[in-house]
Amino acid sequence: MKTSFTLNGQAASLDLDPRTTLLDALRERLDLKGSKKGCDHGQCGACTVLVNGRRINACLSLAVTHEGDEITTIEGLAQDETLHPVQAAFLAQDAFQCGYCTPGQICSTIGMLKEAADGWASLATEDLTADIVLTDEEIRERMSGNLCRCSAYPQILAAIRTAGGLA
Amino acid sequence: MKAFTYERPGDVATALALVAEIPGARFLAGGTNLVDLMKLRIEQPTHLVDVSRLPLAEIEDTPEGGLRLGAMTTNSQVAADARVRARYPALAQAILSGASGQLRNKATTAGNLLQRTRCPYFYDTSKPCNKRAPGAGCAAIGGISSNTAIFGASDACIATHPSDMAVALTALDAKVETQSGAGEARVLALEGFHRLPGDTPHVETELRPAEMITAVVLPPPPPGGQIYRKARERASYAFAIGSVAVAGGRVALGAVAHKPWRAEAAELALEQGASPAEAMDAELRAARPDGHNDYKLKLMARLGAACLTTTGAGDGQ
Repeated sequence: MKTSFTLNGQAASLDLDPRTTLLDALRERLDLKGSKKGCDHGQCGACTVLVNGRRINACLSLAVTHEGDEITTIEGLAQDETLHPVQAAFLAQDAFQCGYCTPGQICSTIGMLKEAADGWASLATEDLTADIVLTDEEIRERMSGNLCRCSAYPQILAAIRTAGGLA
Repeated sequence: MKAFTYERPGDVATALALVAEIPGARFLAGGTNLVDLMKLRIEQPTHLVDVSRLPLAEIEDTPEGGLRLGAMTTNSQVAADARVRARYPALAQAILSGASGQLRNKATTAGNLLQRTRCPYFYDTSKPCNKRAPGAGCAAIGGISSNTAIFGASDACIATHPSDMAVALTALDAKVETQSGAGEARVLALEGFHRLPGDTPHVETELRPAEMITAVVLPPPPPGGQIYRKARERASYAFAIGSVAVAGGRVALGAVAHKPWRAEAAELALEQGASPAEAMDAELRAARPDGHNDYKLKLMARLGAACLTTTGAGDGQ
């Protein structure tokens, strides 16, 4: 089935078996191996990408449903040699060990910071009608969909604080 | 995944007709549960009718002073809505206590109501399950699972409904609007939308074949406080082992039955002047734990009493 979308700013068009997830289309058809297949069941967050600016699990989304969407993966974040500020913050804070979860953590962070900037509450938000203040507790709650088996969570938290201008 | 065909009709009538006409066809919304179950071959649709882009994604004020949540509103969208946060905080809390940010960006209001149980024996295709194969038996009965029902279970099924959102919607007395291929529209109370397992645990709701949820309607918020609280096995991103929603004088419990469980005995006791703890005792008198889930009695008693104390539901409302 013919499907076209914008991938990291470039037009992409594929003839897909409808069973193909967005994650498999990215990794196996478009050779973008940055988005990782951890659990393949929406439980680990390693496959997180941005679709129309919002973070989703690429493993639970059929690629044919993304006709016309703007998809951004870890490969599309840097501008030439200049890293995205979230990428730079993860490097500066040493926010990984093995690095397998990192592309998902970074894409999720970008989506999460946008959600907070848009005023979205989280379960850690005490007053649902007040402005959002990204405390450490807020960041941990909002990032709970991204697991790190190396448990680099303190450094990931520090990187997010840096990237969000919260440090 | 078994092979299937896919199409994305542009209007509700076409989507309804397709699912009515094609054997094995299913609606696809956010896909966060259905696609997962298709990977495991627990769900095997022959044809997917993608309804995610149908014009059912608005949140509208109703003339009665409530809100109509379009079926395809995402969980994130509903929880972020200023009206929901100000007037239906129990609903916002319930949604935000479920899943992860990524999943809530895809999961829809209608899809949330239709998600399947998280019973481990439903997921384990090497074990019998009356939901997957009616009449096969239930491996959860006598199994080692502890997150099973204490209310309304049957000899065929002891699974629980996993939704947080639906528990808050039950306390808020929400209604479900549907359409079917014949052009028929129906309104069902959410409280009666999900079924107890009985002899047919594979039939989970009152929806008819090829009937589509088009909206969930919230009545005006009731007088009194609201809260949703959830107990789970880790601090975030896990299904409930017990939850409580209170909206004014209405109380609903989650992860204790095959459906969101309205705690009518507790509500009645509160009306008659009972304390929060006494009200929960009144409700839990009818519970039937099975030896593996006895902990839920104490958990629900304490969680419920804490919620009722916080909202002041027993203070003469």
